[in-house]
Amino acid sequence: MYDTSMKAPDQILTLHGLRKTFGATPALAGVDLSIEAGRILALMGANGAGKSTLVNILSGAHAPDAGRMLLRGRTFAPASPAEAARAGIATVHQSTQHAGTPGLTVADALLLDRFVASGSPLFVSRRSVRRAAAAVAAQAGFDLPLDRDFGEIGPADQQMVAIARALSRDAALLILDEPTASLSAGEAARLFGVLEGLRSRGLAILYISHRTGDIERLADRAVVLRSGRIAADLPRPIDVSAALTAMIGRPIDSLAAERRECGAVVLEARDLVLAAGGPPLDLTLRAGEVVALTGPLGAGKSRLLAALGGAAPIAGGTLRLCGKTFQPRSPGEAIAAGVVLAGPDRHRSSFVPSDWPGGSVAETISLPHLRRWFPAGFLFGDRERHAAVNAIARLRIRAAGPHARLATLSGGNQQKVVLARWQAEPARVLLLDEPFQGVDVGARADIVAALRADRDTATLVATSDPEEALQLADRIFVMERHRLTPWMDPDRFAA
Amino acid sequence: MNDKPTAELDTPSAVPRGPIPARGWLVARRVRQSGLLLLLAAMVVGFTRADPAFLHIANLMSVLQSVAVVAILAAGVTLTLAVGGFDLSIGAVAASSVMAASYAMVVWQFDAVATVPMVLAFGAGVGLVNAGLIIWLRIPDLLATLAMNFLLTGLQLIPTAGRSISTGLILPGGESANGVFDPNFLALGRARLGGVLPVPVLLMLSIAVVLHVLTQHTRFGRLLYAIGGNEVAARLAGAPTRALRLSAYVISGTLAALGGLVVAARVGRGDVSSGASLLLDAVAAALIGFAVLDRRYPNVFGTVVGAIFVGVLLNGLTMLNAPYYTQDFVKGAVLVGALSLTYGLRRRTS
Repeated sequence: MYDTSMKAPDQILTLHGLRKTFGATPALAGVDLSIEAGRILALMGANGAGKSTLVNILSGAHAPDAGRMLLRGRTFAPASPAEAARAGIATVHQSTQHAGTPGLTVADALLLDRFVASGSPLFVSRRSVRRAAAAVAAQAGFDLPLDRDFGEIGPADQQMVAIARALSRDAALLILDEPTASLSAGEAARLFGVLEGLRSRGLAILYISHRTGDIERLADRAVVLRSGRIAADLPRPIDVSAALTAMIGRPIDSLAAERRECGAVVLEARDLVLAAGGPPLDLTLRAGEVVALTGPLGAGKSRLLAALGGAAPIAGGTLRLCGKTFQPRSPGEAIAAGVVLAGPDRHRSSFVPSDWPGGSVAETISLPHLRRWFPAGFLFGDRERHAAVNAIARLRIRAAGPHARLATLSGGNQQKVVLARWQAEPARVLLLDEPFQGVDVGARADIVAALRADRDTATLVATSDPEEALQLADRIFVMERHRLTPWMDPDRFAA
Repeated sequence: MNDKPTAELDTPSAVPRGPIPARGWLVARRVRQSGLLLLLAAMVVGFTRADPAFLHIANLMSVLQSVAVVAILAAGVTLTLAVGGFDLSIGAVAASSVMAASYAMVVWQFDAVATVPMVLAFGAGVGLVNAGLIIWLRIPDLLATLAMNFLLTGLQLIPTAGRSISTGLILPGGESANGVFDPNFLALGRARLGGVLPVPVLLMLSIAVVLHVLTQHTRFGRLLYAIGGNEVAARLAGAPTRALRLSAYVISGTLAALGGLVVAARVGRGDVSSGASLLLDAVAAALIGFAVLDRRYPNVFGTVVGAIFVGVLLNGLTMLNAPYYTQDFVKGAVLVGALSLTYGLRRRTS
């Protein structure tokens, strides 16, 4: 068992004055931090606060512009992720389904990086693989189904595979990025047990999460990053309210968006069933209001938005748009009816590659509106360029001009282009799925302002970050396992 | 370009991130953009100095005539490349169109007015089947169209039991077919407008202009490219992705059939081995087109320039007495060179 008061724990990793700048924006503006053996250190921060940059530097993916790192007392300046891993930094990224592929067994997945390493034997026998994999799993103290297909095991087991593999070379520090994002409560509890076991064996763990409940339960210490600096360093028991205040930079109650009077009912869902066997849900959206859906990944937020936007079928229930039955069979039909959807991950759901035709700011904005803007079918005239110039001015998009390629824009400005696309023509319902991914705080404020300024459209935003929901919405729902619960009391957020 | 920056953009921080291009980089970019066109001009000058007859209008027309069929097919492939697909059945569509046109006239004794629409409909039908395999059965584009290429290459041999078609053909049943090629049909491959401009060249140029405008300046073209760039994004933006993908394959099949008609009209018989090299030549032209103007995406203008580039090179080399068997090697070298120029240099300088 561990006891924080007995002795001063060993410093595993110390950071001095770490700085990193991307373009004009400093991602890390001088971070001093020490990470101790046998402790779980929670790293908190809003999107764009510098968490990923810090992780990328520790794991060798980026080099800092300035500052020093000491690992077990020796200078640590990894040139590559492989070098950082050899030095004892084990990093487990958020999407652990990439830890293996369907068709490989769990044993194969555990040994994947050994197969890749030079000097590994050319021929491997099934038995030797299984023996080596069992050793890797045992070293981490996990019980894993070695012979099963990696694609068939659950997300928690995939997470364990990723952790066991990361720990297989004498690791001193384990970095976990949002490890519970795709886990159910039971699976998360199992993961916590595993992490506590690793902690008691003296491993240092850097735990990155948005989930305050996880952090309260696990962390021995919490460090809050804001604008690339450490804004708070909190001991156990973690004062979550103080952490959130530090994260945002002001008390939480001043943060929540003001509730406003809203117009007529625009969209009404009754007994809507998203997937066969799921619970029915009701939802009413009014003109001029912004409603946020929050809750863990996999709770059905994206599914609900896709169903409303015509991109996914519904299993039951009725939808009414302005009083009339609404049954979109494709996104095209939904758009024609005035219900527009910006999917999650703008690169996957909204953009074409930057050097492909259609990859400029103006062309990205105009794509759904070509029929309306160019009824004759020929793309001559200024309509497209005007729309882009207006959007650039209105949303303060930093771009060289309407014909700038998307790749020359930062993430926040790219997301503004997505918003500009769907605000270029009046819509009845605007559906936004995770609109703040990779968006810095400044751009986020601009987007929030633009969304709240639209008093004719009903806006529904899905975000797994409760802070974003608070900042944005007139009403908030928590979604869990396809079920909606109104979230009335902002204090519950801090509790 | 010609856009005045708005007031918000005048702040220094509004300049997009990334290194400011150095002068040398801009020069390199210009060279890459116009590289193939400059090379084409240099070849014309060089061949003319070697033999002034090269620049005679008759020779230039013969160069264009020699690439017309390939360019027509390649323009169709370019459309399927734009939707992120690849039509590898065009060679067989063209070859079986040669056979179908000949069969219609010689055995069924059709005239040109009946034959041409029938063969074009055949090409469109193959495009439909390709699209069906790709869209509804979800067979990858390359596999579906390559399989179709095989199927048609075999199918065209069956009605005549593997014989070439000309008047007097003995059918598998024993009777002989006595139809003749309609002179109006032969004009499609042999007539010259005003005694100068061959009909195939006129067809090639008009198709090039129409498809260039269609892909670059219409809603239809923008949506085709959107599908090729990101099909999910195109669908979420409301584009009818299936109908668009289908139309790209139908256009490609129809143009391949038109290419076959031109070949049949020029040769005046249904030769079983015609069109053997059409597929690879057309694909090469479309890929060289990526390098023209350094666009690095399929584009009709580049494709047609690519086809002409190869034609000029082969014609000039033939004039300089290069043996015929070096032709494929030369085409391959041009393709490798053009693609290295666009992709390789780009990565190093950007």
